[in-house]
This record gives sequence, structure tokens and C-alpha cells, in this order.
Amino acid sequence: MKKLLLGNEAVARGLYEGGCRVASSYPGTPSTEVTECISTYNEITSEWAPNEKVAMEVAFGAAVAGARSFCAMKHVGLNVAADPLFTSSYTGVNAGLVVVVADDPGMHSSQNEQDSRHYAQASKIMMLEPADSDECLKYSKMAFELSEKFDTPVLLRLTTRVSHSRSLAEISDRADNGLKAYEKNPQKYVMVPANAKVKHVAVEKRILNQIAYCEKEAVENGLNSVEYNDKKIGIITAGICYEYAKEALGDKASYLKLGCVYPLPEKLIKDFCNECETVYVLEELDDYIETHCRKIGVNVKGKAEFTLLGEYSQGLIRKVILGEEAKSLKADVEIPARPPVLCAGCPHRGLFYALKKLNVTVSGDIGCYTLGVSKPLGMMDTVLCMGGSVSGLHGRNLADPEHANKSVAVIGDSTFIHSGVTGLIDIAYNNSNSVTIILDNSITGMTGHQQNPTTGFNIKGEPAAAVSLEKLCEAVGINNVFVVDPYNLDESYSTIKNALELNAPAVVISRRPCALLKTVKHNPPLKVNKDKCKSCKMCMKIGCPAISMKDGKAEIDFTQCLGCNVCSQLCKFGAIE
Amino acid sequence: MNKAIMIVGVGGQGTLLASRILGSALLSQGYDVKVSEVHGMSQRGGSVVTYVKYGEKVYSPVVGEGEADLILAFEQLEAARWLSCLKPDGKVIVNTQKIDPMSVVIGDSVYPEGVLDAVRNAGAAVVELDALPLAVEAGSPKATNVVLIGAMAKNTDIPKEIWLDAVKSCVPAKFLDMNLKAFELGYNK
Repeated sequence: MKKLLLGNEAVARGLYEGGCRVASSYPGTPSTEVTECISTYNEITSEWAPNEKVAMEVAFGAAVAGARSFCAMKHVGLNVAADPLFTSSYTGVNAGLVVVVADDPGMHSSQNEQDSRHYAQASKIMMLEPADSDECLKYSKMAFELSEKFDTPVLLRLTTRVSHSRSLAEISDRADNGLKAYEKNPQKYVMVPANAKVKHVAVEKRILNQIAYCEKEAVENGLNSVEYNDKKIGIITAGICYEYAKEALGDKASYLKLGCVYPLPEKLIKDFCNECETVYVLEELDDYIETHCRKIGVNVKGKAEFTLLGEYSQGLIRKVILGEEAKSLKADVEIPARPPVLCAGCPHRGLFYALKKLNVTVSGDIGCYTLGVSKPLGMMDTVLCMGGSVSGLHGRNLADPEHANKSVAVIGDSTFIHSGVTGLIDIAYNNSNSVTIILDNSITGMTGHQQNPTTGFNIKGEPAAAVSLEKLCEAVGINNVFVVDPYNLDESYSTIKNALELNAPAVVISRRPCALLKTVKHNPPLKVNKDKCKSCKMCMKIGCPAISMKDGKAEIDFTQCLGCNVCSQLCKFGAIE
Repeated sequence: MNKAIMIVGVGGQGTLLASRILGSALLSQGYDVKVSEVHGMSQRGGSVVTYVKYGEKVYSPVVGEGEADLILAFEQLEAARWLSCLKPDGKVIVNTQKIDPMSVVIGDSVYPEGVLDAVRNAGAAVVELDALPLAVEAGSPKATNVVLIGAMAKNTDIPKEIWLDAVKSCVPAKFLDMNLKAFELGYNK
């Protein structure tokens, strides 16, 4: 039976059908829905982990114990999980272990455009890359088989367009072979140097076996496929670029589609290149396949003609290879950009306004609140990575202690648990005069409302132990912990001001649930009393999308306003009712 | 011949649900269908686009310059923003609602006058609809997306019953009556 599935849902279905028993992930766009969907299968024990490293280790532990297991993350999450990833390549697995990593070419929702294929090569772990939902499902199942066949974790690489596109996928029943027996084997699972030296030899041998598989069996089972049409143009490609190429070129080209992007075959590529006149490598981001082609001595075109930046498309391929320009219409008007903004009623807004009044330097982090960088708030100076705000603030204050009372870090509840708490320990341990603000909106927001260890619920929405942020901060040695309601501007302002004047490590917890949570009850929308409005535009300083100026007076959009009353605190004339 | 439809709007307007209804209707007609969605950062009030492609066999899930047969725009400015993706003989169905981008709200830029005239002058066939009041009439401003799906449905050769089934399969049961009413209001406008 065929179903229209999101790529991520198809991955989840494939893992389910392949007998997955344990799943642990940390959310991250565009990977999140894989694990959300997994959580709907009762046969699979699924969890959100505090971060990707923990998730990878949980999945690894489960695989060694004999359960087919999986974890998913976005590309930058793999940086966090890299430590267990690299050594799991040496230990190998018992039952299959699949690591799903979703890259984000074009940076729809990410801070960089790194190419995860380098991780496969660097960690010497086999990597599959599907092009549509049907392949997402098939490859996920296959990944378990290959993991056990070659005694290795297997990486499944997705990209945003594959993860977040719906296409038809053939679904079938689940096959669960039960728990595999675990046998104690320190030579295999304890990576002390003496054992690791032996295992490294095995890893190199494994890669040779995998290359042989990619040359022959993978061609027979369709993982790597060759399609000869017109041989003037040859296309070597993988993943979503195959779809773009097929749409752009159809039968005007021949195709070598690589479902396995690590390791790459040699003979298969050489044979294909010998058959075709001009061969292009079509791959988004880095020249990963192209470099391999050059290494094995075949002449291909690639990045010199295309680009290392952003996404490819059928239009780009038509233009570069066929010289065809698209005919398009253009409206003769100046169109202002429309970047994302903090939602109406967002609790972060009030907090950022308080920071703006305090005129502080803000060490920022990853989450919805990164949008605090946008005008008119503009209250973010740096954003690097998950958890980087807290330790980054400590570094800033070491460099410039004079301004420590003019600098703060802001970090969300989930991000704080992910990797902010280690920075806070650093602050407490080294007695840094740093003020960390935890924006506790009781959910993992940006990725679409996932539970986390502070919310009191697990992935299935069942009650769970909740980390007390106050107690956690106190336990790591922070003696000054304050809690404010960010809807209360005066309280937020004065509490942060006091914290900055302490000249001691301090934490301010800005607590108010995300306004989009279904459990949050809202006040009725506010209205502007046009007679009282003096057109001073004070209410516009918070950048609320529900407020605009119409005919010289402020106006509140009733379809958006959630009655948070942040704007009314700014109105000196009591015009917002 | 494959067809391509784009649903464009502002994050939070419900373009995702609209694309699911559309995808579901097309699927029941036996087409190969691909729907490309936007999740994550771009949903927070930013410009959003969803691609729906169908035909005998669809490869790329996205729509590029000059490739869309139809653009269903939930907001005027977004119709203009994505116009370059329309085929020269394509059609735009547009909700006449205006939503100011933040740069306009804070006075850094202006919401241009005559947006739809510009779209028309560029050569596109434009169908206008003021969907928000119809959604309010149906029961909630949140049903604007289904009003617009109704308006689009009338411009396709897919039977109305198929569309109604698609709406039923995609919206939560407790909002079904409101959404069916919204669909009718858009369809009959």
C-alpha cells in the first residue's frame, strides 16, 4: 500500500518496519519529525534526550544490548554526537544502529551549512542518502540490515527538501526479530588502546568490504543505480539532486545515482564515466563526490560550473547544463523582506525589551529567542552554537571585566539543559561575575513544541521527572537565582539590573510558557482607544506583529493579539485597553 | 504534463494545512503527488511557501522560476514576492488581506501601493478574494486558509465532493463544520 508521507515520517516508518526497538533523539530542524513520528509506534521505546551526544550513547547502548536502535539529529547535532560516533565505528554494534542526520542546504533553519558527508568519511561509517519518501522508508530498513551485516553504525543522511517533502511511499508490515543476545566481549566493546589498535585494522578491512558491496550487491539491489539514456551527458548524483536532475534533463542524460555516499565505489564510477561524453557531479554543498572522482582519476565537471552555496534546483541544472533560462514574470514594485519574528504574545519579547532598556551586551543562543536579534529589539550580540551563550559570556567577562555588569547571556530552557549547564558550572567554579538569563518557556519551541527534561512530560506527553532550574543552578554553585515573569516589564528590568550589580555569579529565570502552547489560556485581544492614542509609537518599540500604525494611530490586530499586556505597560496615555 | 501549484503566505496563516488538503485531493485522483513544506524558523511570521506538484510522475518537490501553473497567495505582498515562479500564462488567486512585515511596522520600509495591479501588469491572470471576512463569517479568522482552498477548488477540474472529502480528512473533527462552511464560502464566492 502506498501512502503520502513526509520524508521524515517515511524514515520513521522504515525504522519501525525494520524492527527498531529503541529510539533516542534531541530535536533539531529538519530532523525532528522522525522521532516525533517514531513516538507514535508503541512497539518502539522512544525518548527525547537532553542532547545529541546522550541520544547517540543511549542508542549505542541499546544496540550493543541487542535492540535495533536509532537516533536522529540535525547536522550541527552531529557535532555534539561526534565523540561517541567516531568510536562506535571501531566497536561496531550488536543489533543494528542507525544514526539519522539531516543537513540543511540553504539554511532554512540553521546557523551553518555544514556537509555531514564529511563525518561519514572521517568516522569511516557507512552513509546512505535517500532522494524521496519511498527511499527514506526503504533505506532506513536497509540501514539496519547493513549495520548488522558490516558490524557498524549506519548514517542516514537527509536534507531539508527530502525531510520536509511529502511523496508516496510503499508501506508494509513490521518485522521484529526480538532482542539479539548480548555476549560480553571487551576486545570489541572496550576501546582501550590495545583493543582499539586491533579494531582499527578491522575498520579499514570493513571499508574495503563495503566498497565491494557498493560496486556489486548495491547495484543489484538498487541502492546504487545506473540508468543509461542519451550518453552525451552523464550525471553522477545522490539524494535530492537526483530528483532535480531528472526533472531538468529527463532522458537527455544518463544517471549514476548513489544511494550509498560513503564509501563510494570506484569501478562503478569509472565505468559510467567511460560510457558518457561529459560527466557532471550534481551535489549540494561541498565537492564531496567530485573530489572522490578526481582522486580515482576520472574527469568530471562540478563545483566550477555549479556552487558550494545553498540548494540546487531543476532550474539551476537547466541553466548550467542546457543553457536554458527560465521565463518569469516580475511585479514592478519594491517588496519589503519578511523575515520571521517573535510571535504575538511571545514571552521573550518583554524580556528583550527589559534588556534593551538596560543597554547590555547579549550573548545569545539557539532557539526562537534568537529572533531577538531582529529590529526593533535588536538585542543580540553573538550567537554561535547550542549552549555557547553561557560560556561565551564568561569568556567576554574574562576579557573585559569592567563591563561584566553590562553583559548577559540568554538561553532557553531546553538549550540550557542541552549544553548550557556546563557553561554555568564553569561560571560558578571560576567565580565569574556573569549573569545568565534562562528563558524558560516550558517547551522546546523553535522545533515545534517538544517536551524536554524541564517540562515534566516525556515524548508521549506522560508525566515525567522535571529538572528544577532553580535547584540545578543552586546545586552547581550559583547563590543568586531569581525568577521573573517576562510579561512584567518593571519586574524584569529591576531584577536583571540588581543581578548585574551584585558582582557575583547570578541566574535570572524568565518564566512564562510559550504563547502557542495549547495549554496556555489567553486574555481577550487588546484594543487601542483612538481618542487616547497620541501616536507616540512607544508600543511599536517591542516589535509585536499584532501592532501597526493605521491612519496615524496605533492599531491592534484582533486575529493575532493574545492580550499579553506588554504593549499596554509602555503606553503612557493608557490608550491600550 | 505535470502541474505545479504554490501556496504562499505569512507564517501562521495555515498554508501547511491548505497544502495537505490540496495534496489529499490530488492523491485521490490517482496522481503522483509531491508536497514540499516549510517547518522551523520560517514559520514564525516569515514569508512561507509550500509547493504542490502532481502528474503521472513527479521528480523535484520544489517549484522554481517560471514553473508554477497556479499561485494561491494568502497575502498580497507574498503574491508579488513569489510571482517570478509563475509561468507566463499562469494564474494567481490572491487573498486581498495585507499583513505588514516588521520592517513596515517599525517604519524602515513601506508597504507598496498597487501591489495587485503590478502583479496584473506583469502579465499574470489575477483572481482576487477577500477571504478574512468570509472566514470570520464561517466562525473563525483561522479558517481563512480553507476559504482560500474553496476558492481554488472552483478553479480546478477536480469534483467538489473530492475536495470536501479532502477537507474532512485533514481538519480536526471539532472544527469540521466551521471548515466546511469556510470551504463553501470560498467556493461560492
